[in-house]
Parts: sequence; C-alpha cells; structure tokens
Amino acid sequence: MMDGDDLRIREGVDRETVETVKSVGERYKYGFSTDIETEFAPKGLDEDIIRLISEKNEEPEWMLEWRLGAYRRWLRMEEPRWAMLDYPVIDYQDQYYYAKPKSMEKRPKSLDEVDPKLLETYEKLGIPLREQMILAGVEGAEQLPPAEGGRRVAVDAVFDSVSVGTTFQEELKKAGVIFCPISEAIREHPDLVRKYLGSVVPQGDNFFAALNSAVFSDGSFVYVPPGVRCPMELSTYFRINAEKTGQFERTLIIADKGSYVSYLEGCTAPMRDTTQLHAAVVEIVVLEDAEVKYSTVQNWYPGDEEGRGGIYNFVTKRADCREARAKISWTQVETGSAITWKYPSCILRGDESQGEFYSIAITNNRQQADTGTKMLHLGRNTRSRIVSKGISAGRSQNTYRGLVRIHPRATGSRNFTQCDSLLIGNECGAHTVPYIDVRNNSSRVEHEATTSKVDEDQLFYCRQRGMDEEEAVALVVNGFCREVLQALPMEFAMEAQQLVAISLEGSVG
Amino acid sequence: MAEVHERDNPAEARLAAIRLPEEEAGWARAARAAALARLRRTGLPNQRDEYWRETDPSAFVAPEPVPAAPLVTDEPPVFDAIDRLKVVFVDGVFDPEASDPLALDHVEIERLADVLQADIHWARDLFGRLEETAHDPVPRPFAALNTAVAGDGIVIRVRGRAPKPISLIYLHRDDRSDAVLHHLVRIEPGAELTLLENGPAAARFNQLLEVEVAAGGSFHHVRAQGRDHERRAVTHLVGRVAEGGVLKSFTLTANGALSRNEYVVRLEGAEAVTHLAGAAVGDGAVHPFHHDDTIFVTHAAESCESRQVFKKVLRNGAVGVFQGKILVRSVAQKTDGYQLSQGLMLDGDSRFFAKPELEIYADDVKCSHGSTCGAIDEEQLFYLRARGVPRPEAENLLVLAFLAEALEEIEDPALADDIRARLEAWLRRRQG
Repeated sequence: MMDGDDLRIREGVDRETVETVKSVGERYKYGFSTDIETEFAPKGLDEDIIRLISEKNEEPEWMLEWRLGAYRRWLRMEEPRWAMLDYPVIDYQDQYYYAKPKSMEKRPKSLDEVDPKLLETYEKLGIPLREQMILAGVEGAEQLPPAEGGRRVAVDAVFDSVSVGTTFQEELKKAGVIFCPISEAIREHPDLVRKYLGSVVPQGDNFFAALNSAVFSDGSFVYVPPGVRCPMELSTYFRINAEKTGQFERTLIIADKGSYVSYLEGCTAPMRDTTQLHAAVVEIVVLEDAEVKYSTVQNWYPGDEEGRGGIYNFVTKRADCREARAKISWTQVETGSAITWKYPSCILRGDESQGEFYSIAITNNRQQADTGTKMLHLGRNTRSRIVSKGISAGRSQNTYRGLVRIHPRATGSRNFTQCDSLLIGNECGAHTVPYIDVRNNSSRVEHEATTSKVDEDQLFYCRQRGMDEEEAVALVVNGFCREVLQALPMEFAMEAQQLVAISLEGSVG
Repeated sequence: MAEVHERDNPAEARLAAIRLPEEEAGWARAARAAALARLRRTGLPNQRDEYWRETDPSAFVAPEPVPAAPLVTDEPPVFDAIDRLKVVFVDGVFDPEASDPLALDHVEIERLADVLQADIHWARDLFGRLEETAHDPVPRPFAALNTAVAGDGIVIRVRGRAPKPISLIYLHRDDRSDAVLHHLVRIEPGAELTLLENGPAAARFNQLLEVEVAAGGSFHHVRAQGRDHERRAVTHLVGRVAEGGVLKSFTLTANGALSRNEYVVRLEGAEAVTHLAGAAVGDGAVHPFHHDDTIFVTHAAESCESRQVFKKVLRNGAVGVFQGKILVRSVAQKTDGYQLSQGLMLDGDSRFFAKPELEIYADDVKCSHGSTCGAIDEEQLFYLRARGVPRPEAENLLVLAFLAEALEEIEDPALADDIRARLEAWLRRRQG
C-alpha cells in the first residue's frame, strides 16, 4: 500500500484511482453482519408459509390468492438450466422465506422509532437514513443547495424480508409521488397495485419469477402521476443479513403519462460460507411520453476465492413501454453474487418508444454471470440500444445473452448492439450469446461484439508513468467501461468506478 | 443441451426402421453401429431443441421425403466451363457411365460402397470418426444418421497438388428420391485439392463430408446447392485442420424449400486456417425458401485464424437463419476469429434470424463478430438512379455488392466468376 507521500508525488494520476487502489486491500467492504434478533418463519416452503407471509403483511384476500396461484404454477415448473452457469442443485426447502428483525414487530411510525442497530447498519453501508430524515424534518430544507457529495435521494431500505424505512416520503407526497414499501402499497393503494402487479412479469413468467410472486415479502412501490417530474432520485437499498434466508423482493414502478423518475438500486450481503438465494422481480410500466431511468449497482457477496458462499442471484426485470414515446433506460453494474442470472428487458409496445440497456458485468475468482437483455420491438419506429461490457478475471465465467426481436408490425425500428468482453488471465471465460430476430425490412439492426485482453500498450504507458500493475489495469478497465459509467447518475458512477477496481483485486500478477 | 424430450412418433418410427448394411467389413459395421448408438442417445431433433428452434426438422425426420419435382432448365449447369474430374450421382447413386474415370495424378479416388467392403483401408480412421467428435456440445443427429445408413459417396486421398478440381455432380430425377451421401477426404501433408459440388441430388438429401487436412495441406470447397424449388437438404461439413493447414468452403444457395448447412471445424495445429462463407438468395413468392447456416468453429491450438462470412438476400416470406459459434480453448492464444452474418431484406415479409456466439477461454485473442439486417439503402439507390441506372438494375447492383464479401472467399477467380454469373442470372429471373 502507498502512503501519503506517494499520493503527493504522483501528480497527474487521477485521485479517484489512487484512492480506489488504496481501498483495494479491504476486500469485500460490506461483508459484516448485523447481530440482531430475527424472527423467522419455519424453514421450507408450502402454502402455509405463503399464508403466513401474507398475514404478516396484513394483505387482502386477493393478494393471498394471487400468491397461491403463483406457488401452484411454480410447483409445476422446472428450474431453467440453459444459462452458462454451473451450480449445485438448490434445495428450496432448506431456506427461510421470511425473516424480520424482531424490533420491527411493531411497525415503526417514523424513522425515530426504528431500531438504532438497523440504522447503524445502513450508516455503515454509506446510507445515512437518520441524517436524511432530519434533513427532511427541517423546514425549508428543500430550498437548501444540494449537500456536498451530490443531490438528495429518497431511500427505501429493505432489510431481509421487510422495509425498515423510507425517507423523504412527505416531500414526495407533496409532488404526488407515491414511494413506499410494496407491502404498504398493497394495503394503501390496492387499486394501483391490483391493476399493475403481474402485468409486466406475470406470475408464471418463469421459474424464479413464479417463486418470487409466491413469497415476496417486501420491496418498493413507486407511482409517479401524470406530468410529474419526480423531484429527487428514488433509491432502494437491499440488505440480506440473516443466514440461510432468501431475499425475494418485488419492485413495481409506474410512470404515468409524461412523468419522469430516476431510480437507483443497491444491494449488499454479509460474508458467509453458505450460499444464499436471491430471486427478485422488478416490473416497470411506462405510459405515454414518460421516462424511467433504472440504475443498479449489484454488489451482493460474491463468495471467496475458492467459490465458497456468495449470493445466487436470479432476477427478472422487465419494463413495458406501454404507450407512445415511452422511454426506459436500464443501467447495471454487476460486480457481486456468486451466480448472476439476470436479463433486464424492454417491451417496446408504444410507437416510437425507446429502450436502452447499459451494462458492466465483472466476474472474478469463481463468480459466474449470465446476463444481458431482451429488446422486443412491437411498436412502429421503436428504438433500442444495448451497450454491454463484460470483464472476466480469475477463474470466472461471464456470459452476455441477449435477444433483439423486431416484429412484423414494428416497421421503421432501429437497434444497435455493442458487446465487448475483456479477459484478464488465462483461466476465465468470456462468452457472447446474442439472438437477433428481424421480421420486417424497414428496420435496421446492427450487432457488434469484440473480445480482447487488456491492451499491453496501454498498460505499458500507465506503468511508465509510475503506476503499479494493479492500478494500471484498474484504469484501463475503467476506460473500457466508460460508455456505461457515463450513463449512471453521478454518485453511482463514482461508486461503480471504485467497485470496478475492487472487484478485480488479485486478478493481476 | 442434449435434453431428452418425449419424441413424437415419426422420429420413433424412423429410428426403429433403421437397418444397418450387413455385407461390409468389420470396421465399417462397427462404425455404423456406433453412429446408430449415438443417434439413439440423442434422438432425432424437434423444434424444442435449442439449435432447431428456428428451423423445423420434421421434413428430415419423417420416414418418407416430401415429393419434389426436378427443375427443368436449358441453362448450362454451374462449373460447366471448368476443367474438372466429374463424379456423377443420380438420386444419390453413383453413375459410372456419366462420370469420368476415377483417376487423377497424386489423388486416389474410390467409391465409398467399395471402400466399406475392404478389410484393410486407411478410411477406417476417418469414416464416422470426425463425425463422432462433432457432437460435443451440440448433437448433430442427422450426421450420425448419415454415418449409420449412407449407401454411397466418394473417398479421396490427396498426396500432392491435384492438377484439377474434383467435381461432384448431384442429379435429381425421381420426385420421391431420398439420398444419403457420405464423402471422405484426406489431404496429406502439403497436398492440395479443390472439391466442387453442385446439383440438388434428390427430393431429400442428407450429405456428410468428413475432411482431414494434415499439416500444411489445403482444401478448397466450392458448392452450389441445386436450384430445385422443392428440394430439402441437410448437409454437414466436419473438418479437422492440422498445423498450417487450410480449409476453405463457400456455398451458394439459390432456391430450395429447406437447406440446413452445418459446419463443424476444429483447428488443431498452430497457424491452421479456416474460412467458411455462404451466399444465399431466396424468394418465397411461389415456393417456400428457408435457409439455415449453423457453424461451430473450435480453436484448439495457438495462432489460428478463422473467418465466417454469411450473407442472405431474402424476399417474399423467405427465411434466413444463421447460428455461428467460435469456441476458443484456453490453449488457443493469439487466436484471430472473425464472424459476419448479414441479412438483406428486399421486402417487408421476410425474416432473418442470427445467433452469433462467442465462447472464449483464452485471454490473448482477437475475436469479433458483427451481424446486421436491413433493407437496401435508399440513399445508395438514389445515388445510382440519379446517374441514370434504372431502379431494378440499381437494386441488383446493390445486392451483388452486398454479397461481394462472401464471394471474395472463393480463391479461384474462374470459380468466383462462375458463381457471380449464377447470382446475376438469379436476380434477372426475379425482375419484373
């Protein structure tokens, strides 16, 4: 590690890079666990567990029926095995499907009542819920210039199976934006939930979505009314804490006509020797002229060098651009998880609707990622853009899998896809599996993919200027990911840049 | 990949009806039995199989072929003007009368039916042996079927530079013919051969070509699949290339209800080269047109080069499918892999599907693929028309320009000209 003097000597080296490399030694920063009393539902999954979850969330009857319907479908489904992922058989009965911090037994009315231990956890993760709450309570706070370090962000913090608290709710309410845990939305806004839940990802969409539909316990709900530009960025922070517990969160975002919202998602989990299951569903409905920007920095615990432990991450994310000129933009930085199975998709139904997918997927050690997107062009003059950057190091496997389909009716549509892979070391793999299906001739589809290694000339250049090899690789890789990093909101971009370097730790030399 | 589905009855019936030839040498019978066992393991495919989702294999699975009328035309066949050694098959059966004597300097040419009778023959190391290696990770059931039942074919061993191309001519006479041909080619170190193939062969045609290229050898393959509208063909080229060897293949497909061309090539020695290319032009107006190129190139040695260039021109409901893969093993450092698949749609009805895959386990490689699909560029058309070129001619020019990159893969200029002339004729026929 360098000391302060070194920092001064190396003029011209990006401060960010130096600090990143400095923090490399810390390994997985979020691997601590919170010692807190947790209430579990019995292990395993059956209809009684689903009834219990539904009861705990004080859900109406229709919601329970919906869950049971999903569960019955799930029982008849087979786990998909087509992805380039190799993992042992998952015992779905050897998991807890509901875990809730004891202190959350009585739903706290405000963050004041939340267990300080929980708030501390989020503080440690860099999400100062309390500070935000205080800020929200101060009159005239909204007139203050953005605090140092960036804009204000409303946060919904989900801890194992429950939402701990949501900040800035009052202020959002003034703008007409609903941002609350989905469990609360089911009680408070049943009409909206009933209308849209499962309308993008139906209960029986796929094995993991069906499982999620049956057992999801919490997640975030967002409704942005017509013509409203959401006054701040919304964010959900997911934290798995309890052992042997799966997290099954469900997010539903509805952007009504002409509205705009930017949504951020972050996730971490403690270091454990056993693997943990995470099967989330995100549904987004975008109506006429509305725009949703969804950014994820996924940093679940990836397991250790030998592939022990880590999160198995099976996620279904889909946005439906239901009406004309709707726009969805997915940006993801996937650095964590032992297994990633994730294909954020865009249904471009409305004429002139647009879908974007920007992705960085980094795998190191024994990690395996099979990720990509689907662009389904159904409306006329629809546009989509895919930029995917895969980086494999260690003994990891990294696959891009994507589908672009232009339906006969989707005349005048356009797709551009670029997927680039970078290999660091000779024991990893980088794979590209695109599907291109074009059914009319007025549309244009272009796909490009390259695979290469870190450029020796670039490394040489960096090293000549006094960087060590690891620093130099981090810099070159950050350059390789530039296009995607630029698509992220600012705070996320900084975090992502650092993550890129940290994830590659130990991959050089 | 090799999921076992409930196979429907035609497949079961077909498998049950297979009878292996009995009057052959022990090694040949063993090779056929092994192929049949492979086939029974994977079963015949259906559209739920990953690599058959876009192409319906049922016409190849059915016990009997769909009848297809031979095309009647006065045009001289392709390669007619080329000096070559002709080997003629009629509905999948060797025709010694129509063929030239099977003799050429530096080349041994034999009939497969004869070779399989011989107790001792070099072909035992090749027959079904390469095909056997082609099933991992994706089964090729029709290749296994071919090894099990093929009745005829040609066996070629080249020990020097062949003075002229060997030309396999497949004539189609019988509406209901069902031909299965199996060819073996061994190119000895430093030897060279050009193999030509043309003609529809039969109503239903299953062809397998096993090619072994030894160090420094070179094999050039140029094929024009017959123009019969209703013919259906499933072909496999399985190749293995040793150090510094070259395997190049080009295929022209115009017409045909169904063509599935699979290529499985392994580059096993350093600096081996393979170039695979195809130009398919299809008009589905009167007869259906479905063309599928499925390619699997494996880099298993250092500093090898592979190129795939496949172009498809589609119109009136024609369907073009490309499934290409480059696999780079961890030993194959300094790989240069390139893959291009493009579709040009002349109207709004056609369909283009592409799945260009890369699977890479070595870090010092240069691999890329590109895939595009669209209509003729209106601006280019406008440019030509502004210079007085009538629209149909301008379109034809742009179609030929689109196909040019694939045609460049044919090394011999005389052969390339011949193929180009066929394409021009196809475009002229479709004008108006």
